[in-house]
Amino acid sequence: MRIFDPHVHMTSRTTDDYEAMYAAGVRALVEPSFWLGQPRTSPASFFDYFDALLGWEPFRAAQYGIAHHCTVALNPKEANDPRCTPVLDALPRYLVKDSVVAVGEIGYDSMTPAEDTALAAQLQLAADHGLPALVHTPHRDKRAGLRRTVDVVRESNLSMERVLLDHLNETTVKHAIDSGCWLGFSIYPDTKMDEDRMVRILRTYGTEKVLVNSAADWGRSDPLKTRKVGDAMLAAGFTEDDVDQVLWRNPVSFYGLSGRLQLDVPKPESLHEGNSVLRSGE
Amino acid sequence: MTQTPPRTRADVDARLDDDIARAWLDEALAEAAGAAKALPTAPSPYTAHSWELCFAAAGRHCGEDNADAVRTLLLVEARPGLDTLTRLYQQGSAAERRAVLQALPALVDGPCAVHLVDDALRTNDTRLVSAAVGPYAAAHLGPHAWRHAVLKCLFTGVPLDAVADLAVRAAGDAELARMLIDYAAERSAAGRDIPHDLDRVLTLTGEKSQRPQEL
Repeated sequence: MRIFDPHVHMTSRTTDDYEAMYAAGVRALVEPSFWLGQPRTSPASFFDYFDALLGWEPFRAAQYGIAHHCTVALNPKEANDPRCTPVLDALPRYLVKDSVVAVGEIGYDSMTPAEDTALAAQLQLAADHGLPALVHTPHRDKRAGLRRTVDVVRESNLSMERVLLDHLNETTVKHAIDSGCWLGFSIYPDTKMDEDRMVRILRTYGTEKVLVNSAADWGRSDPLKTRKVGDAMLAAGFTEDDVDQVLWRNPVSFYGLSGRLQLDVPKPESLHEGNSVLRSGE
Repeated sequence: MTQTPPRTRADVDARLDDDIARAWLDEALAEAAGAAKALPTAPSPYTAHSWELCFAAAGRHCGEDNADAVRTLLLVEARPGLDTLTRLYQQGSAAERRAVLQALPALVDGPCAVHLVDDALRTNDTRLVSAAVGPYAAAHLGPHAWRHAVLKCLFTGVPLDAVADLAVRAAGDAELARMLIDYAAERSAAGRDIPHDLDRVLTLTGEKSQRPQEL
């Protein structure tokens, strides 16, 4: 089973996770820029974070045979802090980088006017840079949030076929399908979706344009949830080709819209005897 | 004296996949040549210099394997000053930073760009460390920093073939020999293998023909 996790925050994970993900079949992933738990207070903190997504994190991933790409954006939560909004002005220089395959995560958190502004501006940046957009749907007031998100996307210069609506569930999937966007589902141990509910959604709505991710981060989450969905699909009678479509071909097609996916990563070499490359022996 | 870049235009052309990539490179090099002739301007938004966009986009247009060579050609063509070079490095992805490091010998005469080499040697990213220890480092890195660079290569598994002028700089370096012997002792004490390259560079110092086998 080859797996592309289209949304996972590896910055918050250990090398054990990379190892386990490779063993489970993960060969590629996209790490969207997001909120780090601790609010940032200046644009410089974002820039160092973006630089890590373009430097250190792909290096770590490559040690474990996994192709790493990222999405870059000002996330909706921090778009509400005027100390952080100058990040929007610096995004263009990041959006031209080879391994940036979308603008994201953008979208709504509390549905404020500041979030409206940041969402519209970043959808336009995606259109300007030939990039698709990863749009997070809010955790609170999700149904209303999804409708408002779809309306804003529809008014933007980015076509619906270049937008992935993420964190969908039973209450929002129908409207998301009708919008013509790509459909993202995050599988979590407690919140969001679980693998059995995911299988029911796939049974009802099919596998077309559906992406499944672990969205694993610093919270209670599991970077192997993509594999568990694949296993649950097979157990429920889906074919291996169905699984490959959801776990590999769909994310490749969506992020491939950027023209920037490079999926050839050499197999991991065994580390120098007793000497971790990642820690420089220090 | 600056040196020629490691790959020529003809080498790179031969490695590119198709005429689309070659045409893209033609245009990118023309943009870069234009920038070299333009009067220096104050730092401005990235959109002002389209060759810099090409510098960022080299991987997706010419293939990841050719990106280093293409970016180095663009740098040599554009001949950016130290300020621009520093900005390209600091705002670059790891791949772009590597290209800046590789182009240093062709672009910078004196030691004024050593801060970029120092920065790369502080990382643990072997792609950057190996690019940092090229001819520019051989010419301009001070003895202490150069010895630590050699040791860092041994620590991180960067083959010492990446270190330019290794034999010349190591010759007669008693302090480097001491550091190598200490490192070998530390590895032995931990029951770990000694990197193969360690004995090689120790021999090059000429200070000790052989490190002690038992400590």
